[in-house]
Amino acid sequence: MDLRYSPAELEFRNELRGWLADVLPTIGPKPHVDDWTGRRVYDTAWQRTLFDAGYAGINWPKEYGGRGATPTEHLIFLEESERVDAPYVGVNFVGLLHAGPTLIAEASPEVQEAHLSAILRGDEVWCQGFSEPGSGSDLASLRCKAVRDGDDYVVTGQKIWTSHSEVADYCELLVRTDPDAPKHKGITWLAMDMKSPGITIRPLRTIIGSTEFAEMFLDEVRIPVSSRVGEENDGWRVTNVTLSFERGTAFVGDVVDAIEFVGHLSTLAKKITRHGATAWDDRALRREIAHIAAELEGLWALTKRNISEAQRTGRVGFGGSIFKLRYSEVRQHLADVAAQLLGRASLSMDDLDDLPNSLYAEERLQWLNLSIAAGTSQIQRNIIGERVLGLPRER
Amino acid sequence: MDFLPTEDQEALRAGVREICTDQFPREKLGELAAVGTGFDPALWSTLTELGVFGLRLPEDEGGLGLGLGDAVLVFEELGRALVPGPLVGTLLAAGLPGIEVGAPVGIFDLSAEEPGRTLLIEHPDVIKHLVVLDGDEARIVDASELSTSPIKVLIDPLTPLGKIASLPTGTVIEGGATRWRQEGAVLTAALETGIAMAAVEIATQYAKEREQFGKPIGAFQAVKHMCADMHVRAQIASVAVHAAAVTLDFPSDGADPIRAVSSAKILADEAAAQNAKTSVQVHGGMGFTWEVVVHYYLKRAWVHATQFGDVDAHADALAGVL
Repeated sequence: MDLRYSPAELEFRNELRGWLADVLPTIGPKPHVDDWTGRRVYDTAWQRTLFDAGYAGINWPKEYGGRGATPTEHLIFLEESERVDAPYVGVNFVGLLHAGPTLIAEASPEVQEAHLSAILRGDEVWCQGFSEPGSGSDLASLRCKAVRDGDDYVVTGQKIWTSHSEVADYCELLVRTDPDAPKHKGITWLAMDMKSPGITIRPLRTIIGSTEFAEMFLDEVRIPVSSRVGEENDGWRVTNVTLSFERGTAFVGDVVDAIEFVGHLSTLAKKITRHGATAWDDRALRREIAHIAAELEGLWALTKRNISEAQRTGRVGFGGSIFKLRYSEVRQHLADVAAQLLGRASLSMDDLDDLPNSLYAEERLQWLNLSIAAGTSQIQRNIIGERVLGLPRER
Repeated sequence: MDFLPTEDQEALRAGVREICTDQFPREKLGELAAVGTGFDPALWSTLTELGVFGLRLPEDEGGLGLGLGDAVLVFEELGRALVPGPLVGTLLAAGLPGIEVGAPVGIFDLSAEEPGRTLLIEHPDVIKHLVVLDGDEARIVDASELSTSPIKVLIDPLTPLGKIASLPTGTVIEGGATRWRQEGAVLTAALETGIAMAAVEIATQYAKEREQFGKPIGAFQAVKHMCADMHVRAQIASVAVHAAAVTLDFPSDGADPIRAVSSAKILADEAAAQNAKTSVQVHGGMGFTWEVVVHYYLKRAWVHATQFGDVDAHADALAGVL
């Protein structure tokens, strides 16, 4: 049980730190959240910069063009990038973290050849077509229909939460190929070219007011059978294979960011007045902030435990569910405390009096997604209750 | 970095768990409570012989040459089994001149007391020495010099308390009080984590067996989700305690010991009390009785919450470094 980094890990960190310090001043400002074209250009340019420096696909195996870094190196990469506020994956999220790893595990050499290198270079952007209006937590009940017609599947249906679909080149699509089989046994995984006729994208306005994701309507879209990954009706297994790529690193940047946020919040509390004294003079508030700091220390330790487990055994187990449950609560609590500190300024997305109120207000809304996306907190509790503690299923 | 326990550490943990299961099964709690003692001399001797209390002493002094990172794994097991006695003081005092390893030692932090209030020390009839923390100073007092009168009705029947009117001066221990406070907080947090884990196990077991409305109550999400939350609290507290322990073992690493230690104590205190209370709730009416064991866990969690800084004290300490 050792939190110290090895000489090789320290060397990796130093080299990365030096590179980031050199390269970050050369990149431009982040585009506006609703400027999708600008976001694609910005995020893919950063991906290319990473590629040229040998940091693209940090956790991808070397034989597929990745760096093949250890989970601890991956942790260091994400930690250092967050500390200097380097761009995160952005529109490359699905390609790098989801579709790419799925192709590595399951696709034919031809399909791999067609996509993997393009994803790593930032030449190809992917989106995800999994959830449907009627299939959220119960994803396997999805109904988007694919009918075989010669060398094509003809796909009709509706998808939702397809982030980055406005600018994506490909979509990892789950379709129903056998409506009569049990729900997990009739699903197929397809790589859909987003230029195909019959695709309509309707942006969804989020609770923040921006257009982070979209609905996608498919009307007899033809997808070549050669774009299928895995066997027909074996898509559920293919999808779950991706999860085995998770190395406990999913939230490293988030924890580092949250810990820094607590630091900024404390600094602000020492400055800002509230009810006749500085906010920091309010012992209850100070202790509340300290509690959040303690929770984040615990989550940072859990992150390192999960990553160590991945490093030793190749798997994370259920540490990811434990992390996500608590992190969602802590991050939402943190945002509420920040708003409490700001008072009515927390209602304004225009900055006021040199306060960070637009950032804090946006975060307060943004982090509501944490307990919903990628398995709601209630689903996580079922997973822990049933698969870790062995409690019987309700249904 | 490898933050998983090593094979040796897993073996140590398993060994202590086995001893506790064999020699201190849960029925023992009721037996000790019935005779009104908070000490099991046979178990204490076994733990001493195993090297539990001397585990941090160098091997040429009869110890195991291990660190606080190993000690917290052992203490989680002792907490899980709810082993009574002055465990923390006895481990921390091992190696002091004139003190036999395994001789029960209490610790009392005078600086944490409010002026004019009655002073309560734990295990007054068992301890041979008392380490008194007073400001920056640590002193050791021979227990025979203490004059105590017992609290007759205790909340935790296995943690006897004695009132003391005054404390003898004692002999100054080199090195100051900080080490005692920090290591004491971490080891106590490890006991709390063990309690938090045991509370999950006991509640989960009950939720699988107890049936209402035609199925085990653990099948209902209202109960299942309480159990899941208990597991989350216990696991996060545990890794925070492990992190604090190795931070104290390797202080040059750059991590802030105050941040690490106070976080661990806050999370562990809350996990233990919250989990034990939830375990009472899962047991329903039986949870409110002396018949099932969960009440011992809740009561011990409350004892530990007052030791080596309560949650508020640690929140203040943590705020001080933010």
